[in-house]
Amino acid sequence: MLHLTTGRVGCLLSKQAVVALTGSGARMSSHGHHEVSDSVDMSQPMYWDRLDTPLPDRPWKDVLDSTDKSLKQKEKGPWTALSKEEKIALYRLKFNHTYPEMKRPSHEWKTVIGGMFIFFGITGLVVFWQGHYVYPPQPHTFGEEWQAKQIQRMLDMRINPIEGFSAQWDYKNKQWK
Amino acid sequence: MFRPVVRLSTSGVRSLTRTRPCYSAPLASRCYSHAKVETDEEFDARWVTYFSKPDIDAWELKKGMNTLIGYDLVPEPKILDSALRACRRLNDLASAIRILEAVKDKSGPHKDIYPYLIQELQPTLIELGISTPEDLGMDIL
Repeated sequence: MLHLTTGRVGCLLSKQAVVALTGSGARMSSHGHHEVSDSVDMSQPMYWDRLDTPLPDRPWKDVLDSTDKSLKQKEKGPWTALSKEEKIALYRLKFNHTYPEMKRPSHEWKTVIGGMFIFFGITGLVVFWQGHYVYPPQPHTFGEEWQAKQIQRMLDMRINPIEGFSAQWDYKNKQWK
Repeated sequence: MFRPVVRLSTSGVRSLTRTRPCYSAPLASRCYSHAKVETDEEFDARWVTYFSKPDIDAWELKKGMNTLIGYDLVPEPKILDSALRACRRLNDLASAIRILEAVKDKSGPHKDIYPYLIQELQPTLIELGISTPEDLGMDIL
């Protein structure tokens, strides 16, 4: 199983490979097919690891070699005669992942957060470049002198004299309150 | 000839308007479903019977377990006992272990349910020779 541990960009690229592998991984240990197709045959019983469906439609390993077959024969007898390794082997024949393995945490969140920050960064660069090369010059009304005259005019007009703009200006001492 | 017909029709109309719809009835009768609610014991008994079928086949075991795990509850030990014995009849040790894993997962945050189930199932586990996932070291990654 591929583990996404190193390099976020590497993760993004290998993600596609993992998806393709796990897609066909559903049939990986199955009916020795000779055609190498990536699509799963939905008309056949399928295997899946799901927490809410403990017993899937077919066993994980369909094609049993002679050791597997002899183990299966032994399974028909008393299970007290089976060793621990044999019991584990029988489980692994029928199932791919155990429940803890199904519930294992993944490192996907790092890829997601990393990807987000990469896109924020790219966007930031685009915005900066745009501000420098695309925007027209600022209107003349943004200049220091004009702004000062604008503020003086607003004060003279007594804009919002009760609660707002002019209310903040001390007319007696000619300064902001 | 015409009048009796009219008289009948008017009386018919009056009787229609006299019937009272459900919502104007007094508060005592509400529109709840009349289905019988199954008790816990009946539920358990039904499932024990399901898995106790002597010639149960693999599909029925799968269907039963998947349905049971789909419910919002952890099955009683007696249901699990019946299911494990069904696994024995089907010569399927792997499914027996899987069932134990599934009920442990079903308990969710309530960590005391699974040990209780194992404690109750201990005689069956010993009798049939089923090892728990803990015994096989499969409860850790």
